[in-house]
Amino acid sequence: MTVASAASVEPAVRPPSAAAALAVDPVPAGLLDDESRAWLRDLRAQGPVHEAAVQRLHALLLRAARFEVARRRPGLPHLRGDELGEIALEAADDALMSVLARLDDFRGASRFTTWVYKFALLEAAVKLRKRAWQGREIPLEQERWDLLSSAGLGPAEAAEQSELLTALQDGIAALTPHQRRVLVALALNGVPVDVLADRLNTNRGALYKTLHDARRNLRTYLTNRGFDPAVSFEEHH
Amino acid sequence: MQPPHFTHMLARLLGPAEPEIGCDQCFDQLDSYLDLQLAGHDADTAFPGLHAHLHGCPACREDYESLRALISAQP
Repeated sequence: MTVASAASVEPAVRPPSAAAALAVDPVPAGLLDDESRAWLRDLRAQGPVHEAAVQRLHALLLRAARFEVARRRPGLPHLRGDELGEIALEAADDALMSVLARLDDFRGASRFTTWVYKFALLEAAVKLRKRAWQGREIPLEQERWDLLSSAGLGPAEAAEQSELLTALQDGIAALTPHQRRVLVALALNGVPVDVLADRLNTNRGALYKTLHDARRNLRTYLTNRGFDPAVSFEEHH
Repeated sequence: MQPPHFTHMLARLLGPAEPEIGCDQCFDQLDSYLDLQLAGHDADTAFPGLHAHLHGCPACREDYESLRALISAQP
């Protein structure tokens, strides 16, 4: 079992030396369950055995992609059944390419099927999020503050909320323009990170790093003005 | 005590207070984390920062929930 250390939010990049080591030293046999070992053996084989394993793998990935499509279907009423089927197939095709390209990255810390499923689910989810936002404008401004009504609060709580809201708005205004746009779009307006990454020509990891930095700066801003953001968050967390 | 929608907005804006990993690391570790979790082990200790990331990143949280649902649906 690989034990990771909690690190700051940085895109994880495997060093070339580690990748090279994996290429010549695949998963130690003792770490694998029988099914995972059989998958690796057949996918690394040549000829008909390899081709049959790839077909089985694609079928597995397609099942996972269809599972994800079915889960998200209620939120996508504008997509027809054949469009959803095409998305699932594309997701399975792309996931197959990813799995085969990263086969030596599989270290046996999970079952092989769990490892491959995540590729299909990710591909399907990203495609569906993008389709859901296709043609929609990305809200980058603070449009949601007016939804935060203080109705029902007592005078002291309403004043507390108003003070915190003002501090939040000031703290957000103090961020860099890029941090502000990313924080507002992702955290306030609910734009999916993949969709925003696509529009800004970046990737999920880089964008989340920006969100993380913006959140840290906002926490610092609030703390410096006497608020305790940890308490507010933990109440919900 | 602030209303739930206000604390929910705060949670989204401020994210997790504890250290967290990034999206790429989360993807790399998600399958191992989940298999360990479903086997009844302490996955949060084995993969520090992943639990916090799942609270801070809605997309990774959805990916986690989908993978968990898919694995749980297997015979």
